Amino acid sequence: MNWAVKVISNRLFWPLVILLVLIGLNVVAVPDFLSITIHDGHLFGSLIDILRNGAPTLIIAIGMTLVISTRGIDLSVGSVCAIAGAVACAIILSSPTPGDPGVVTVAVLAALGVGLAIGVFNGLLVAVTGIQPIIATLILMTMGRGIAMLITEGQILTVNSPPFKFLGSGFVLGLPIATVIAAVLFVFAAVMTRRTALGLLIESVGVNPEASRQAGVRARGLLFTVYAFSAALSVIAGIIMTANQTAADANNTGLFIELDAILAVVIGGTSLAGGRYSLIGTLVGALVIQTLVTTVYTVGIPPIATMVFKAAVVTVVCLLQSPTTNQALERWRSRRNRVSAISVEAAK
Amino acid sequence: MSQTLTTAPSGLRRVVDTVVDILTSPKTGPVTVTGILFVIMFLAGGFSFKRFFSGQVFLNLFIDNSYMIVLAVGMTFVILTGGIDLSVGAVVALSTMIAASMLQAGWSPALVIPIILVVTSALGLAVGLMVHVFGVQPFIASLAAMFLARGLCYIISNVSISIDDPFFRAMALTRIPVGPKMSITPSVIIALVVLVIGMLVLQYTSFGRTTYAIGGNEQSGMLMGLPVARTKVLVYVVSGFCSGMAGILYACYTLSGYSLTAVGTEMDAIAAVVIGGTLLTGGYGFVLGSMLGVLVLGLIQTMISFQGTLSSWWTRIFIGALLFIFIVLQKMLTARRT
Repeated sequence: MNWAVKVISNRLFWPLVILLVLIGLNVVAVPDFLSITIHDGHLFGSLIDILRNGAPTLIIAIGMTLVISTRGIDLSVGSVCAIAGAVACAIILSSPTPGDPGVVTVAVLAALGVGLAIGVFNGLLVAVTGIQPIIATLILMTMGRGIAMLITEGQILTVNSPPFKFLGSGFVLGLPIATVIAAVLFVFAAVMTRRTALGLLIESVGVNPEASRQAGVRARGLLFTVYAFSAALSVIAGIIMTANQTAADANNTGLFIELDAILAVVIGGTSLAGGRYSLIGTLVGALVIQTLVTTVYTVGIPPIATMVFKAAVVTVVCLLQSPTTNQALERWRSRRNRVSAISVEAAK
Repeated sequence: MSQTLTTAPSGLRRVVDTVVDILTSPKTGPVTVTGILFVIMFLAGGFSFKRFFSGQVFLNLFIDNSYMIVLAVGMTFVILTGGIDLSVGAVVALSTMIAASMLQAGWSPALVIPIILVVTSALGLAVGLMVHVFGVQPFIASLAAMFLARGLCYIISNVSISIDDPFFRAMALTRIPVGPKMSITPSVIIALVVLVIGMLVLQYTSFGRTTYAIGGNEQSGMLMGLPVARTKVLVYVVSGFCSGMAGILYACYTLSGYSLTAVGTEMDAIAAVVIGGTLLTGGYGFVLGSMLGVLVLGLIQTMISFQGTLSSWWTRIFIGALLFIFIVLQKMLTARRT
């Protein structure tokens, strides 16, 4: 009984249940949903698709988790994706040898540079000027797509560069490269924040900025770091998405991805009010969102109902995790325990 | 310093003090700055472009943005409590879809309009209950409502439906003259009525005062015995109602319903409210300021269209830049007070 309570009160319990239910739905609809086949040394299958298509959201959600943990939020990630794609494609197109891996490397590094500058700008607004994060990043969310349009001159830049295409749809060790990149970044973030005191410091800034400042935590530097990290991750996600389409579309690359990323973080049990965060939770959250999208196709929910289905799942997860629901469950459980205890007494 | 304490300050000194006080107060400072900014921008436009300096250019700001004004009024209520409503853009789209599809099916506008307002208010109520009863963060609760509203749009129809109902056509085409060569549409009057009601409710009713109190300090409000729970739910109903109203005005303006209209409008509404001087943490702000914010955003668009050679994406960049300048200014002014 005790272990059951422990399992249910774990904040990953409900997200995992939802994930399993969604996968279960898929298995019922398509019996060979879980099968994974190997073609030319590459893995294929619905589960692999989920891992691959969910990678950009997961990558952004990793940065978002840390930002949210400092009691912030980063709305600019979608625009940063668009800018990254525009910068990279513009550089590759302007070079005489678009297929040269060196050119692609330069393009990616330039995009990362631009992304870091954006992250530092966000960090500056939040940490130094003290502007609320939601507004500070709203500035670049609004401006960013305009800037991306400026770079692409309002057109969709299509590039023909095999090494660039590889970044979006290639395979490494049999796995899609997007999945591998996401996994590496996830492990990197987890090790950096959980094997050092960094994670604790980030959480302390989110729990009580004033107290952590008095305890000697350099909140300013930490905020700069998390916003720069979030922007850098958005660049990587933006490059993956752009390379996958082999075209930079300033209007649509990463559109609404900030909402999906924030949703992934919240489903994973990290509070938007800052403080404790869970990267594993974010991983589960991102998987839930991607599985949701896949489920719509496999189960045959009409595409027009996708958004309603998404709204329903989000609402259910949020309500299940809410403190009110947990208290109600708690009361119900203790009442039942009392009733069973009384009946045992009576039986004696 | 001691001199100013003992002798009465001179007239000029008193005026300067009052001006500084107005500009640095978190309550009136930002909205005053927005007002000044609006006048400067309008003058700048007048000096740069021919035929800019006319009453009709000014009135067109209201005509083109009447639905945004209504939207911003609702958003102000929510933001004053420290919440946020991301669903407004999607709800506007949903309202246009409901209007277009029901009118197409032959329903009377006298029925369609109340139905829209009830549906959108109910959606707001759902968000409010999620926020208050279940403790879901406003950002997420209204995000779910945004998905729901957009999804319902697609279910109604994924193609644009045109409206040829006589009442809606009349709303769109009627011009009310207000002076020589100047006219407005009925939508402007509706928007201004909503604005005035919003102002009166916020300033003179206990609901309005409680809204400010929640944004100032929810705990204190509760201890003072204010109806915090009811008010916190009601502001989302107000926002839902205003979004429905804005949707009807938008349907009148475009004479069509389309599931992809008003994408990203929620961010414009939030930007307008912030430029209008409402603090996102709640407690300070005026609906009148939000209207000024809407007009400033509209003015940027007007100036870009007058300029003629700049591409439409410059609008986004200018709005972002203005938001940036404005927020930093707000921050500097109010920080100097302490």
